[in-house]
Amino acid sequence: MRALDRKLWRDLWHMRGQAIAIALVVMCGVGTYVMFLSTLGALRVTQDAYYREYRFAEVFATLKRAPESLRARLAALPGVERAETRVVEQVRLDMPDFVEPVTALMVSLADDAPHGLNGLHLREGRLPLPGRPDEVVVSTPFAKAHTLHPGSRFHAILNGRRQALTVVGTALSPEFVQQLRPGSAFPDTKRYGVMWMGRKALGQAYDLDGAFNDLALSLRPGADAQDVIDRVDELITPFGGLGAYARKDQRSHRFLDQELDQLGTLASLFPTMFMGVAAFLLNVVIGRLVTMQREQIATLKAFGYGNAAVMLHYLKLVAVITGAGVLGGTVLGVWLGAALSRIYMEFYYFPWLKFSLEPMTIVEAAGASLIAAGAGTVVAVWRAASLKPAQAMRPEPPARYRETAIEKLGLKRWLSQPTRMILRHIWRRPLKSALTVVGIALACGIILTGLFQRDTVGYMMNVHYGMAQREDLSVAFTDPTAYRARFDLMGLPAVEHVEVFRSVPVRLRHGHLEHRTAIRGIEAGGELQRLLDADLRQVALPADGILLTDHLGKMLGVRAGDRIVVEVMEGNRPLREATVAGLVKEYLGVSAYMELTALNHFMHEGPTISGAWLAVDAAQLHALYGELKGIPRVAGVAERVQEIRNFNRLMDETMLFFTYVSTVFAVIIAFGVVYNSARIALTERGRELASLRVLGFTRGEIGYILLGELGILTLAAIPVGLWLGEGMCYYIAHTMQTELFRVPVVLVPQTYAFAVAVVLVSAALSGLVVRRRLDHLDLVAVLKTPE
Amino acid sequence: MPEQSAPPPLVASSPRPIFEARGLTKIYQMGEVRVEALRGVDLDLVAGELVVLLGPSGSGKSTLLNILGGLDTPTSGTVRYADHDLTVDDDAAMTQYRREHVGFVFQFYNLIPSLTARENVALVTEISQHPMTPEEALALVGLAQRMDHFPSQMSGGEQQRVAIARAVAKRPQVLLCDEPTGALDAQTGVMVLEVIARVNRELGTTTVVITHNAVIAAMADRVVHFGDGHVVRIERNASRKAASELSW
Ligand SMILES: Nc1ncnc2c1ncn2[C@@H]1O[C@H](COP(=O)(O)OP(=O)(O)O)[C@@H](O)[C@H]1O
Ligand SMILES: [Mg+2]
Repeated sequence: MRALDRKLWRDLWHMRGQAIAIALVVMCGVGTYVMFLSTLGALRVTQDAYYREYRFAEVFATLKRAPESLRARLAALPGVERAETRVVEQVRLDMPDFVEPVTALMVSLADDAPHGLNGLHLREGRLPLPGRPDEVVVSTPFAKAHTLHPGSRFHAILNGRRQALTVVGTALSPEFVQQLRPGSAFPDTKRYGVMWMGRKALGQAYDLDGAFNDLALSLRPGADAQDVIDRVDELITPFGGLGAYARKDQRSHRFLDQELDQLGTLASLFPTMFMGVAAFLLNVVIGRLVTMQREQIATLKAFGYGNAAVMLHYLKLVAVITGAGVLGGTVLGVWLGAALSRIYMEFYYFPWLKFSLEPMTIVEAAGASLIAAGAGTVVAVWRAASLKPAQAMRPEPPARYRETAIEKLGLKRWLSQPTRMILRHIWRRPLKSALTVVGIALACGIILTGLFQRDTVGYMMNVHYGMAQREDLSVAFTDPTAYRARFDLMGLPAVEHVEVFRSVPVRLRHGHLEHRTAIRGIEAGGELQRLLDADLRQVALPADGILLTDHLGKMLGVRAGDRIVVEVMEGNRPLREATVAGLVKEYLGVSAYMELTALNHFMHEGPTISGAWLAVDAAQLHALYGELKGIPRVAGVAERVQEIRNFNRLMDETMLFFTYVSTVFAVIIAFGVVYNSARIALTERGRELASLRVLGFTRGEIGYILLGELGILTLAAIPVGLWLGEGMCYYIAHTMQTELFRVPVVLVPQTYAFAVAVVLVSAALSGLVVRRRLDHLDLVAVLKTPE
Repeated sequence: MPEQSAPPPLVASSPRPIFEARGLTKIYQMGEVRVEALRGVDLDLVAGELVVLLGPSGSGKSTLLNILGGLDTPTSGTVRYADHDLTVDDDAAMTQYRREHVGFVFQFYNLIPSLTARENVALVTEISQHPMTPEEALALVGLAQRMDHFPSQMSGGEQQRVAIARAVAKRPQVLLCDEPTGALDAQTGVMVLEVIARVNRELGTTTVVITHNAVIAAMADRVVHFGDGHVVRIERNASRKAASELSW
């Protein structure tokens, strides 16, 4: 069927503008899908391979101090494959040329078993030599932040003693794919790092020679992790064990997993939305394109082409357009996926990234596009082909127009004849008009979903750092400290105001639901740390009872007045009950709060604090840092400005990329829809308009008739689109709630304005194109040939 | 002068007619409006003859032609081509019938605008059993020079000749022409009619030409006068005039 195939290519060339617009829409849908799924696939595959190759442990525990002899008993537990004991300590560093205190997690490396659990991926240099107390391997991101290389030197305070350390290597570990300072939501590689030292050396420094305070286990295949955990707890509790936990509760893994889950949510949500919109358009646009070829279909049939041949012809046409979109989308998606993966590599420290694109992903994307396009085509071709050719070749009967409601309302005399024509035309095909409106509205809506994330995160940060957490500096002590440390802090230079807090690690339980977090004891009426209710008003601290982050309340299934079990994970680990006094609004993290003295009381302890929030005079900050570095009790210092900066960096690199990509895609889709609507309207009504020109209407008048319709439909679509877009944003926000953060739906006026502007500009540009074509309508041809 | 056959045999006696229509009716129902396009048509066509269907606009000529060509089915009555029953509403069978036996020429040419003259003809020859080449077919209508032109680059007469080439290229047994000259000036019209007559003569194609122009009747073997949905009378011409002798 060569001639028919020629027709296909010529038709394609003839409608290339529309074909390209449709292909672009498909490309955007497929592109998002492939981008997300290839990124997700790559990260998951990499995570698996990394964990496996570097023997990431499956059960972890921290304790006070246990003799090494306990190891054999741990290793002998049923289900345990391998037990490794370690010394892990939080240390303070004094980095040259860096005034602020830096905290590091110092992890011991077995001196004799280089292929143990949680293996290091050495990037540079070598491991410390056994027994060398001055050699460390530092984590690669920290090394990068401080430009450390093998041979670099700095000082650390180990168990109160200042000691010179030499970097012998830089490395990554599956245990620290994410390196967040405890209590911080955003990475800060300059002020927090992980490093490794020989077991003997670190043990000696902390009087843990022949003893350990940290435990990592791997399990036999099929072992029940919870069973192992219970048995481990039994063994380590006498040694100040803080409760063993499974890999799923390991910090780095948990954060990574939540991030990947969230990416998974986005990966199902966004592409579905984009593909859905693209499919809708494809269906409508292709349907109308085919309908316009009704007469050619009848001619083909008159000469003996069967329905199947005709169907195949149009399916091929659509497959070419859609196929081009799928192909472009795949290439684009892979490219964007690689870029997105690289961004993730900035925050998740993998030694390498395995690219992974499941062929199924492309098959699904292609399948969805082709089915959507195919369905539109089949329905339209079927409608045209099932007519008797004799019928299909007759010009369509004159449309039955009616007076519109607006005219009936008596406004008729205010409306010009062209205006009445516009209204009647819209009215005559209400379904078609409605579909155009829905198409444009969807395009308008998805623009909101891209920008929404940026808006809402900005708002979240304002609430969190502007209204709730307002200190300049937070100081954490190495151990619970007597209350009078407050007065020492007040005496330091630059300090203007001090509020202290107590932080107790706990496991909260309600029925079978439980969660590990910390209870913060804070001072009533604090200015630096404030708890907010749902309306963002400051919540007064109850004298008694516990306040929970609203999301934590949801996770535990509790409301104000319920009683929960508090298992303290510190000291002699008492088990208590507490009453939930209320819920507080927090977008980041999940915590529990009590009034400071109430918490001390609850813990059966005297006035004790874990740290403090400071308001400081920025001009004297350097002096303050100098003083703080000299206080051994100070485990770490966090500056709020830095937190915000870290956050913004994270956002700039991840969210903005995402916002940018989805906005560009949404804009393309919006333009694709509007442009196609305009072009189809032109083709469908070209004859009628040319006849009007023959009757003496001016170009301006027929332009008004055609574009006026487009304009009215576009204007009608905008409010619908904004409404739909908000709905989609609520849906995204709803599905993205995690314990790390919850997003409220906040859309700033500029975002609405942008979405509206994109649609209007698309309409204006499409209008211009159509207008130019109207100027070249072939009037004579119209008179010579029938429809 | 056409010779009046008395009494006019509505049904030809011999040889066995290739088309046989009996009691054909066609009713179009459009909302409340009911149009009786055919009100009981009996007609036989003999293989190889050239028949002109003459009648005023709206009298049902196209409807009849479409039924004969398998483009439409009657509301009641029977119609047969050789051993094909054309009353059955079977799309596949009708498609097959059209593909194997029928060539159409439409009043408005119905060329595929995105294909050249040659390709428009090839569209049909590619699916036929013993076609001419598109070049032969176009040469037959005197368009050998314009084979690679698109419909939009040709005059109405040229387009209609391409349409005829397309209709005859498969050497159909039946050629059905619905007002082939309706949109043409007299001179071009004559040229088109010449081609139709030649195909009928040289290929022995049973040919039906619809017109409301009585002058054209002179080139027919028989003239079927149509009015108000039925055959009013049938004339047989003693001799056929050459198309070139016609003028209007
Ligand atoms: N598909 C159709 N639907 C409704 N009415 C039709 C249709 N086709 C033809 N008619 C009507 O049937 C009558 C006969 O039409 P037609 O056969 O085209 O006449 P002619 O070709 O002699 O001018 C006319 O009144 C016409 O309006
Ligand atoms: Mg007619």
